[in-house]
Amino acid sequence: MSTIAFIDTRGDKLPKAAQEAVTYASQLAGGPITAITFGDAQGLEALGANGAKKVIVARGVKAVDSQQLAKLVCDVAAAEGATSIVCVHDATGKAVAPRVAARLKAGLVAGATGLPEGNRFRRNVFSGKARAWVEVSSAVKVISLSPNSIAIANTGGSAAVEEFNGDLGAARITVKELRKAGSGVPLPEAELVVSAGRGMKGPEHWAPVEELAQLLGAATACSRPVADMHWRPHHEHVGQTGVAIRPNLYIAIGISGAIQHLAGVNQSKVICVINKDPEAPFFKAADYGIVGDAFEVLPKLIEAAKKLNAER
Amino acid sequence: MKILVLLSQVPDTTARIAFTNGDTQYDGNGVTFIMNPYDEWYALVRALELKEAKGSGSVTTITVGGADTEATIRKGLAIGADEAVRIDAQPTDAMQVAELIAGWAKDKGFDLVLAGKETIDHNSGVVGAMVAELLDMPYVPLASKLDVSGDSATIERDVPGGVEVLEVKLPFALSAAKGMAEQRIPNMRGIMAARTKPLQVVAGGAVSNAASTVKFELPPAKGAVKMIPADEAGKLIELLHTEAKVI
Repeated sequence: MSTIAFIDTRGDKLPKAAQEAVTYASQLAGGPITAITFGDAQGLEALGANGAKKVIVARGVKAVDSQQLAKLVCDVAAAEGATSIVCVHDATGKAVAPRVAARLKAGLVAGATGLPEGNRFRRNVFSGKARAWVEVSSAVKVISLSPNSIAIANTGGSAAVEEFNGDLGAARITVKELRKAGSGVPLPEAELVVSAGRGMKGPEHWAPVEELAQLLGAATACSRPVADMHWRPHHEHVGQTGVAIRPNLYIAIGISGAIQHLAGVNQSKVICVINKDPEAPFFKAADYGIVGDAFEVLPKLIEAAKKLNAER
Repeated sequence: MKILVLLSQVPDTTARIAFTNGDTQYDGNGVTFIMNPYDEWYALVRALELKEAKGSGSVTTITVGGADTEATIRKGLAIGADEAVRIDAQPTDAMQVAELIAGWAKDKGFDLVLAGKETIDHNSGVVGAMVAELLDMPYVPLASKLDVSGDSATIERDVPGGVEVLEVKLPFALSAAKGMAEQRIPNMRGIMAARTKPLQVVAGGAVSNAASTVKFELPPAKGAVKMIPADEAGKLIELLHTEAKVI
C-alpha cells in the first residue's frame, strides 16, 4: 500500500491546490508520501510540510502534454507500487487522471470533495445541486481532488527532491504562445472572490470592485453577460460555462443569480449577495444579503475593509 | 477529415433533481431530457463548421445509452451530423462509456474526436481524455478555439491569467469549452433530412467495473440568508471577520 500525488507546481509560489493534494494523499496513506510534478518550479522541498517525503520532478515537460505526464505518473506508480494516485481536479489533472485510470484499468473518482468512507468517495454532481458516492473496487484507485476540499497540513519538514530521468516519449503538443491577460490571484486558486455583474452598468465603473477585492486580498470575477459584452476579460467569467470555483468567500455585486451562474459558485463556503432587486434569485443561495444600489453599498464596504485592515 | 463527436443526453439545466431506487438512480420521471449543451453548442457545431469550411469530410456522433436517447441523437443529425452511432448500454461509470466508444472507434480512422467539456449531470469531464488514452491520441482539455489546416491544428484554451495557443498534429482529441462555436437551431430541412440519415445501433460489449456511482444525496439545506440594511452595509465586512471568519 503506497500513495502518490501528482501535482502542478507552476507559478511564483507553491499553488494551494498542490499543497491540498499532498495533504490529502498523506492523510489517505496515514504517513508521508511521494509527490510527482513537472516543469521548472523551485523550492519543492517545502512540500515536506504538507506530507511529502520525496518529490520527483520531470523538468522540461509541459502541463498540456497529458500523454507524457500520464506515463510519468504510471512509471512512478509502478516503481513505488502505488495503490492510490491523487491528482488535482484542474485543467491538468482533468487530462492526466483519466488517462492514468484508463492505462491502469483503475477506478477513477473525478473531483472528490473529501476523504473516503471505506472505498466510497463523495463528489459533486448536477453542478453542485446533488452529491454522488462513488465506490472504487479496483486494486489501484485514481482520485482527482476538487480544490478547496481539505485544510492544508503544515507539519514542518522538508522533502527530498529527485529529478526524473526516464523516457517519456516525444511531446505531441507544441505550446506556440501564452497571451497574458492581467495578473493577480488566479481564480481557481483564490480563497476570496469579489464578483460583479450587469448591475455595474459599464466597464468604467469597475474601480470600486477592484478596490474592494484588493483590500480583502481577493480575486475579481464577473458574470457571463459582463464577459460577453467585453466589460471584463473572459477568464474572469465564473458560472456553468466559465470557471467553476469554490472559494471560502464569494461576494456577488449586481448579479441576479441565474441558475447557470449559481452552478459555478454554489460550492463557495460563504456567499454574500448585493443587489438592488429584493426578488433576485441569488438571495436564496446567499448567507448574507444586502438589498441596495451597488454604487451606494460599495463605498461603505470599502470604508469598512480599510478600517478592518487598519485594525489588524 | 473524419470527425467523431461524443454526444450525451442529460436532464434539462432547470430540471428537478431527485433520486429513485433507494437513491441509486436519477429520477427522470416527468423530466425533459436534452443534448448535453457543451456537446451540442461547442463540439458538434464546431465539427460541422470545420467540415463546411473544408467542403469535404464527415461528422459522426456517438452516444452510449438506451433507445430513449434516440430523439436527442436525431436532433444531432438535424443540426447537421452525417451519421450517428448508439451503443446500447447502461453504463454506471465514465470508464465504461470511454471503453465502449474507443472499442467502436479504434479502427475507423477518425482524425478528430471532439467532446464537450463535461456533462451537466455527472460533471466529470473525463470521458474525452479516457477515449484519447485508449486510442493513443493527444488530448487538449477545455479548448476555446480550434482551426485545422492540412494535417495540423491550432488550438486556444483559457488558462489562469491568459490564453495558451497550441499546435498539434492530427489525429487528436479535445474537450470543447465556451468560445468554440455558437448554438445552431435545426431548421425544417435538417429535421426532415435527419429522419433518413443512418443511426446505427451497436450492442455494448464487456467493460471494466473499477468504479461505480452507488448512491446519490441532496446537499444539506442552506440556512436562512442574513439580511443587512443597505445604510449599514459596512457591517457585512465586520460579520465576515467576526462571525463567518473568512476574512
